[in-house]
Amino acid sequence: MERHLLSIDDLSVDDITTLFATAAEMHDVQRREVKKLPALRGRTVINLFFEDSTRTRSSFEIAGKWLSADTINITGKGSSTSKGESLRDTVLTIASMGVDALVMRHHASGAAHQVAQWIDAAVINAGDGTHEHPTQALLDAYTLTRRLGSLEGRHVVIVGDLTHSRVFRSNIGCLTRLGARVTVVAPPTLMPSGVAAWSAADGFATSYDLDEVLPTADAVMMLRVQRERMSGGFFPSPREYAVGYGLTRDRLATLGPDVPICHPGPMNRGLEIAADAADAAQSAILEQVSAGVAIRMSVLYHLLAGEAS
Amino acid sequence: MTDVTLLRAARPLGGLPADLLLADGVIAEVGAAGTVDAPDGARVVDAEGLVALPGLVDLHTHLREPGREDAETVLSGSRAAALGGFAAVLAMANTSPVTDTAEAAERVHDLGRAAGLVDVVAVGAVTKGLAGEELAELGLMARSRAGVRVFSDDGRCVADARVMRRALEYVKAFGGVISQHAQEPSLAGPSSCCHEGELSGRLGLPGWPGVAEEVIVARDVMLARHTGSRVHVAHVSTAGSVEVVRWAKAQGIAVTAEVTPHHLLLTTDLLAGYDPTFKVNPPLRPSEDVETLRAALADGTIDAVATDHAPHARHDKEHAFVDAAFGMLGLETALPVVATVMVGTGLLDWAGVARVMSTSPARIAGLDDHGRDLVVGAPATVTLVDPDASVVVDRDASASLSRNNPWHGRTLTGAVRATFLRGRATVLDGALAG
Amino acid sequence: MSTPSGSPPQEPAGRVVLDARDIARALTRISHEILERNKGAEGLVLLGIPTRGVGLAERIAARLAETEGVEVPVGSLDITLYRDDLRRQPARGPQPTSLPAGGIDGRTVVLVDDVLYSGRTVRAALDAMNDLGRPDVVRLAVLVDRGHRELPIRADHVGKNLPSARTERVMVRLQETDGQEGVWIS
Repeated sequence: MERHLLSIDDLSVDDITTLFATAAEMHDVQRREVKKLPALRGRTVINLFFEDSTRTRSSFEIAGKWLSADTINITGKGSSTSKGESLRDTVLTIASMGVDALVMRHHASGAAHQVAQWIDAAVINAGDGTHEHPTQALLDAYTLTRRLGSLEGRHVVIVGDLTHSRVFRSNIGCLTRLGARVTVVAPPTLMPSGVAAWSAADGFATSYDLDEVLPTADAVMMLRVQRERMSGGFFPSPREYAVGYGLTRDRLATLGPDVPICHPGPMNRGLEIAADAADAAQSAILEQVSAGVAIRMSVLYHLLAGEAS
Repeated sequence: MTDVTLLRAARPLGGLPADLLLADGVIAEVGAAGTVDAPDGARVVDAEGLVALPGLVDLHTHLREPGREDAETVLSGSRAAALGGFAAVLAMANTSPVTDTAEAAERVHDLGRAAGLVDVVAVGAVTKGLAGEELAELGLMARSRAGVRVFSDDGRCVADARVMRRALEYVKAFGGVISQHAQEPSLAGPSSCCHEGELSGRLGLPGWPGVAEEVIVARDVMLARHTGSRVHVAHVSTAGSVEVVRWAKAQGIAVTAEVTPHHLLLTTDLLAGYDPTFKVNPPLRPSEDVETLRAALADGTIDAVATDHAPHARHDKEHAFVDAAFGMLGLETALPVVATVMVGTGLLDWAGVARVMSTSPARIAGLDDHGRDLVVGAPATVTLVDPDASVVVDRDASASLSRNNPWHGRTLTGAVRATFLRGRATVLDGALAG
Repeated sequence: MSTPSGSPPQEPAGRVVLDARDIARALTRISHEILERNKGAEGLVLLGIPTRGVGLAERIAARLAETEGVEVPVGSLDITLYRDDLRRQPARGPQPTSLPAGGIDGRTVVLVDDVLYSGRTVRAALDAMNDLGRPDVVRLAVLVDRGHRELPIRADHVGKNLPSARTERVMVRLQETDGQEGVWIS
């Protein structure tokens, strides 16, 4: 395994398999009375979040604490001005306190990659702009693996705002690596630029028609539509989006009963996902959350427990 | 002070070796190699094997003074320019405060005179504060001691068609030209920083589509035709823009265009590592565009090479990619880059280099003393180039105060050995003179 | 972790100190000792330390079932995350920990491992158990005790005391994990 986890591309299939196996053991800790393992005792993990995300931050925080790492949350102030402290200054200041790992969320794509070149600590990308969110992809694939067994040849459908989705970008790499057949669905205005060449190179399919794709789905992943995209720039109205690309009650009925429904959260109920779908027996959404802690424990353990490189 | 210099056996425009005697600020004598005698006390420069070009002219430089003297000053920028073989540079208006008044223009002009290494020619803003709304005092800047002829809101596009139309009309009264930073803001906003395509999709960087440039170029050539005025397209970066310019020239529209050295060599894939050194506006484009730009420069569709030298303090580049400042250094590497990608490939000969780096830019900017043929009586403004020197670029060996050098570590062929400004040596043996 | 592969396993180099029959006899004796010490099978839980301790615990349980006619619960207790030398080597993935349905609270837990050496594994196992419950009594059964303790730990039940030099290697191979059976020293 590499020293950092910046992109899903940093992981081989073997790495992913190892992370999943460890996550399965970590998962059991959640059911124990004493939710504590000493593996990272004396290690310091800083959650540096330049962008608010209660869910991901708490997940990493719990993961670190259950492994006995000293876990500290720092809220970074986004600096996009040409004056004042640079990103490099900010992270060097934090790294100088004696940090073993920096879990970083930033509003800018590539920020974690840049930071990894500036500091010695392990950097874990907890979401960089519209680029990647590797632990989300790992927990998604881990959840699907627990539901479906091997993903080899399984058809996973990812639906939503692909242009602005780091979840989609990391999932494509992870799922195709694990042998899944992936179709991404979005209106043309929310397809990432260059998707034709990209999908051809990386072996996934694209579609504008959700109803055409759903009948063969073995799993469905709905992506969140950000509020700020709803004002008419990318699609005419939330109503039109829901009709075209939402997992509605009618569409839920066309899915097999064992097809897991995933959503990285937080959900816009009634927009990309109907309440009936979110709360359906086949919904895997809460499993994703608990898997998130296990996966993050696994990642922290494998990046931090071993000998310092 | 020596102001008489004999250039022994230089090759004007890469032609047959000749002796050039520079005296009293002009070329006093030209003769076959070894035939011109050096007067007593004259400096003799052994220029055997060196190519002599009329002093280079840069249509597009950011000197950062006033406002960001930590990134560059008129003096430090002048040094970098002279070392790069330049005799004149046009200093863009996006300083702080903006060069949008006669006084501001004169200040830049005077700082340039005080530095005394190159002619620093102020570019005036098209609109007050570069805000794109009200015309700046174009006429007063033109009448000022700075004699402004080129106007640009560079860094920003004059996006409003009505404002652009009025500006084009207004500068006709004093032979001005509008240099347009072509970027339709509704298609490529302030955060757009990566050529829109597969790579921007994969990297999750806000795309800067070529069409955002092309629609402005197309609109502006139509406005130039309508107004009967001159428009200059700054830093053309796409094949689509080249097509439009070619068409417009064929129609007889008064349009000229420049390309930067970096758009002639560097490609968008350099952004894969998120290194802000390669963040520039317009962004680096795919190799198909680069090929088209080279061909267009060779065939004259693009008139000039302009550096868009854009120094930035280190801390302004050490942000996340989308937050980091746009721009890269260019003055000291422009000629080696052009020599490498245009002469080295046979697309241009040295006469062609003189055309795109001196004669044409001087004509576009209305600089009568620059870009002149190397004949008796012409100003003794000469750049000597070693066409065969192979140089590894070292960002720390720069006269610029900044280090945002995208060429660091690259090997380029061609090196400036000496620069003369009206007979006075500003650079000798590749170093600043005196 | 080594698992049996397609080709027949190669015998380790060195001298055989226990063969399959010796191991069987040792485990039978240990089973009897456990019963004697506990005065029957009441409240017993066997926890094997992965990998080979688990197999040994299951064999002991089988003998107890034969002798006493009771099913003694067996579990596995992984100590990877409790090791004190985690930082001295690349991170290894943990092995499964599974406790019997009745848990370990109030029970007499017999930890089972293949080799007792420095005592650090047992120390880690005691820590791990501490996070999982509170047994009344904890005892230790090992197939081989090779000495060189670094901690104040001793085994309650030992298959064979094997004096060894620190430079020597002791290798235990079991049918269920390695496809061969025996203890070698080299």
